Amino acid sequence: MEQFFSESAYSAVAVSLVSYGLGNWLKRRFKLGLFNPLLISIVCTILFLVVAGIDYETYKSGSSLLTWLLTPATVSLAIPLYEEYELLKANAKAVIIGIICGVITSLGTVLLLSKLMGLTHQQYVTLLPKSITTAIGMGVSEELGGYVTITVAVIVITGVIGNIIGEWICKVFRIHEPIAKGLAFGTATHAIGTAKAMEIGEIEGAMSSLSIAVAGIFTVALASVFANFM
Amino acid sequence: MKYLKQFFIILLISLIGEILKATISLPIPASIYGMVILFVCLLTGVIKLEQVKDAGKFLIEIMPVMFIPAGVGLMVSWGDLKPILMQVSVITVVTVFTVMISTGLISQWIIRRNKEAK
Repeated sequence: MEQFFSESAYSAVAVSLVSYGLGNWLKRRFKLGLFNPLLISIVCTILFLVVAGIDYETYKSGSSLLTWLLTPATVSLAIPLYEEYELLKANAKAVIIGIICGVITSLGTVLLLSKLMGLTHQQYVTLLPKSITTAIGMGVSEELGGYVTITVAVIVITGVIGNIIGEWICKVFRIHEPIAKGLAFGTATHAIGTAKAMEIGEIEGAMSSLSIAVAGIFTVALASVFANFM
Repeated sequence: MKYLKQFFIILLISLIGEILKATISLPIPASIYGMVILFVCLLTGVIKLEQVKDAGKFLIEIMPVMFIPAGVGLMVSWGDLKPILMQVSVITVVTVFTVMISTGLISQWIIRRNKEAK
């Protein structure tokens, strides 16, 4: 099995796609934020590899095509940002200040809690990009010398939590303006939270999706500064 | 040909991003250089939206699948995560609250102040 798996050009990608499809089906079937397709596909793929006795390196070389597409896909994030440019310009002050405050709060919270709980530098930089989209967060973690795989897991779980309780947080803390809600979702919980923001409303969704790229860029700039603080 | 051309433009920008990353010694991923370049090209009209839109939207749509291999890497990094699982969980949950509240309330305050000014 292991040998076939490592020689086959498509098996690793197929396993990833099938498990993602399963996650998508579960999400539609049960309509629960917890059934995030990415989260489910990661768990299912791990289970499959463990049961079939295939090690990660074999799977990784087989699935390198998927990883290869990540840079062009991230570059493409400029497209939705450009499409929302008019909306960004019309609310420039709220967007820029709101997102910068969120990015600093994210980095600051991670710094403070990492210090309090005695994490190492490597563990700390692993968590620094946790609020931004996986595509950019992975790169930041790698550049700063973090554990990239842990960063990915934390980013996905952050998104899932935001997807589930984001609306409730907005309600409790009286964030009612659609623009402010969208910015909060996108800055704190990237693309997975944006899916929820799109369900709430059009303005919320558009604001949330433009926050993904903007918060990503500010985090790239500020994370390397924060990396020196601990 | 349409998709091939669009994909080629995006790959070319990715390549320029990689070249910039190799020449500039800042901790910035190649994809970020590429994203900023594409955004500026779209704003200035050097690249028209129609020249990259379809291929770009497709790549964005299938993007979650590209994170699976890295997520599966938890298999090997589980040993590094296990001893700090508690700390990581606390940080993950608390940050969702602090960031949503700070961004939400500050931008809401700015929006409402602008409305009153008008």
